Amino acid sequence: MKVLYFAWVRERIGKPEEDVAPPASVATVGDLITWLSGRGEGYAHAFENPRVIRAAIDRAHVRADAAIAGAREIAFFPPMTGG
Amino acid sequence: MTATIRLQQEPFDAATEARALTHGRTNIGAVVTFTGICRGDENGEPIAGLTLEHYPGMAEAEIARHVEAAERRWSLLGVTVIHRFGRIAPGEDIVLVVTASSHRQDAFAAAEFLMDYLKTRAPFWKRVERAASGGSWVDAKTSDDAAADRWIKKPGHDQAAE
Repeated sequence: MKVLYFAWVRERIGKPEEDVAPPASVATVGDLITWLSGRGEGYAHAFENPRVIRAAIDRAHVRADAAIAGAREIAFFPPMTGG
Repeated sequence: MTATIRLQQEPFDAATEARALTHGRTNIGAVVTFTGICRGDENGEPIAGLTLEHYPGMAEAEIARHVEAAERRWSLLGVTVIHRFGRIAPGEDIVLVVTASSHRQDAFAAAEFLMDYLKTRAPFWKRVERAASGGSWVDAKTSDDAAADRWIKKPGHDQAAE
């Protein structure tokens, strides 16, 4: 699946997007955050406070307990500051 | 209802957009135009400008979902939402919401609803450029969350606006 990062999440990880293949035990958005956090220092820094991280599956907001099965595109970003 | 949603780097003209919404129509009795402008300071510190990052595809979809929610909730005859991205200098426009209805209450309420949700749910992020101390991402405000939350009807609130 494709994973996208925005704003300071993108800056800390050092890339805007990547393809990842997490193991089957990674079932939810929260699991994916934990799994990504183990991929390196930048990831750990980006996800150090998972409660502030917002997520979207296929361009719709989801909560941390949302299942990721079948997702094509998962995005992680800080709270939004548009308008 | 006429709905126009645009994301663009270039400036917009609020008066032109409001006129386009009402042109040649006689059923519209009220138009509310809200323009959000880049201030020259953030938390009391002067800024050189803003850079707005967005999530292409999702930003349009999220705004469209809220325009549809507004349309279900109020009697609207037209809505235009324009949100800029990229670099924006102090004094420049950032966002435009235009709502049209037969009577003013619907246009006022829908414009405020749309702005409150754009602030907290549309995937845009502001980065501030400072002459003195470099750049930093703008923190989300709890007051903006509170403003968006007051539109949630309880019980049986509008799930589509979630």
